[in-house]
Amino acid sequence: MAERVLMKGNEAIVRGAIAGGCRAFFGYPITPQNEIPECMSRLMPKAGGVFLQAESELAAISMVYGAAAAGVRTMTSSSSPGISLKQEGISYIAGAELPCVIANVQRGGPGLGNIAAAQSDYFQSTRGGGHGDYRTLVLAPWSVMECYTLTAEAFDIADEYRNPCLVLLDAVIGQMIEAIEIPDWKPKVPPKPWTTTGAKGRPANVVNSLYIIPSDLEEVNNRIQARYKHAAEHLTRAQSIRTEDADVVLVAYGCSARVCRSVVDMARGEGIRAGLLRPITLYPFPTREIDALAERGKRFLVVEMSSGQMVEDVRLAVEGKSEVRFYGRTGGVVPAPAEIVEQVKAMAKASSGSTTVNRQPTTVN
Amino acid sequence: MQKVYERPESMADVQMSYCPGCLHGTVHRMIAEVIDELGVREQVVGVCPVGCAVFMYEYMSCDMIEAAHGRAPAVATGVKRVLPDSVVFTYQGDGDLAAIGTAEIIHAAARGERITTIFINNTTYGMTGGQMAPTTLLGQKSTTCPTGREAMREGFPIRVCELLATLDGPIYLARVAPVNAAGLVKTKNAIKKAFQKQLEGRGFSLVEVLCNCPTQLKVSPIDSLKWVEENMVPYYPLGEFVDR
Amino acid sequence: MGKIAINNERCKGCDLCVHFCPKQVILHGSSFNSKGHRPPKFQDDGVCTGCAICARICPDVAIEVWR
Repeated sequence: MAERVLMKGNEAIVRGAIAGGCRAFFGYPITPQNEIPECMSRLMPKAGGVFLQAESELAAISMVYGAAAAGVRTMTSSSSPGISLKQEGISYIAGAELPCVIANVQRGGPGLGNIAAAQSDYFQSTRGGGHGDYRTLVLAPWSVMECYTLTAEAFDIADEYRNPCLVLLDAVIGQMIEAIEIPDWKPKVPPKPWTTTGAKGRPANVVNSLYIIPSDLEEVNNRIQARYKHAAEHLTRAQSIRTEDADVVLVAYGCSARVCRSVVDMARGEGIRAGLLRPITLYPFPTREIDALAERGKRFLVVEMSSGQMVEDVRLAVEGKSEVRFYGRTGGVVPAPAEIVEQVKAMAKASSGSTTVNRQPTTVN
Repeated sequence: MQKVYERPESMADVQMSYCPGCLHGTVHRMIAEVIDELGVREQVVGVCPVGCAVFMYEYMSCDMIEAAHGRAPAVATGVKRVLPDSVVFTYQGDGDLAAIGTAEIIHAAARGERITTIFINNTTYGMTGGQMAPTTLLGQKSTTCPTGREAMREGFPIRVCELLATLDGPIYLARVAPVNAAGLVKTKNAIKKAFQKQLEGRGFSLVEVLCNCPTQLKVSPIDSLKWVEENMVPYYPLGEFVDR
Repeated sequence: MGKIAINNERCKGCDLCVHFCPKQVILHGSSFNSKGHRPPKFQDDGVCTGCAICARICPDVAIEVWR
């Protein structure tokens, strides 16, 4: 029997990371992720790893760059404004084809925003975030258990794709406490012949993202893009809840998916066949799964704690085959199930009277 | 007769991209000689800057990492913390170290990171075209202070060794100028001492090398060395600032 | 007694070795290499001591020294 313990989401990130083989953490304080560096400072030395509080997010991600170049599984964590600062280093890490894990416990924005839960960093997370043609692979836990398992797995994924892997959660998921079962976890570490560890018995290695000859850089970009294509085929993951017979499919991840899980039951209680499609990987995005539902005539209500970011990926997946509506709250406001049920009801009503596809989102702030 | 001087093993046999007479190559070679003399090439991980020395990884035959502008001390920290037996150095110019990377160098020094920084101060952003650097002298012209640096407009040049000497983390801080035969010897000795200090594992070491940029000064290589001696040395005094 | 060999193709003709040589046996060159630089000429007349100051200042690691 696996050990069953009560744990906070942020602590599960730490314990999952150590189980996933992380042996170097570099961070900088920012709410609502502070339990991650605090817990790391206690647990990482016991695991024989390195914990260091850096002078800034810029320095922390550059330390991650150095440790990753030295072949060690390494991570940093922050929250939205801090993740913006880390974009410089994330772009360099992607360009140098290094693995690392980054946890973003999202808070309200833009600017200093607030410390409440938000999902407004979706674009930043899934489009790359920094400069250049790269993406971060993005995993979105919706429970404390998934904070643990997805973070552990993120290290395998980062190593396999030699690319930063982002664990994207929010203040609610990071701060809530749930019971979890600690699984047995065996990290899968590939050989890393490219590391800079001292040129002992081999030619010197260089870790670099500078390719002054344009065709050389294009070759690197093509190699990176080929990895993303592979990831789209092999890494994409989503959870379907009661979508089989659903007329309206809610699409949500993380905190808003938890709310939508209740909405599905509430709507069904009122005679509306609702379901939930929860992307677990935000990049690669479960385009195929959504397209398959659209082919079957399902209509979509995308719910986010933002003014509408993931909804664009849903529309790209649906390609106009079906109706896509949006409901969002911003600024750190978590939508209440009843608000969303009203949206589902409005959708159900609209469909009984008209077959017109409404491509415009309904945004409620 | 015996061969007494040749390319050090830690240097790659390639043409460097520096302008004629620029001392970057001279300092690279001294670092490579020190690595060879200490017998640590197989433990070395060097971290290159952004600036003229951005291609340094092509000129050395040891493991090298190219860092983002100013972040070399943080990258070096990441390496050294996970590989405590490695010998880690950063090579940084004045824009890299004393402008965009000021926080990184101060905190690496304050933490007493067991790394060695070779800091090239030539008072200019050479690669980008001669803009004002944090170390540009008062009155010195640049492409972004075309009438000469004025204290009340552009502020004062930064003396990095003196700044870092206020911290407890550094165990060796020296400023040298390889502008004459004696200066060449002192520069090499300081670089060697800085690496030896790292091997002792007690703290941070840095050597500030006053260098020339004949291209941006628009003078001949030999006149650029005279310029360093006559203009830089009075403002940036030579010597060891910390040795403990 | 010493002598030096200059790698003419690596040399960028900066002439720092010419100025640093204490015996003044390295002279400003007159012929061009393939990159258009003018490498200096070593005057091998037995005056060179092989002190290697030229090699130490050479920014292009283009000088080897024998003694």
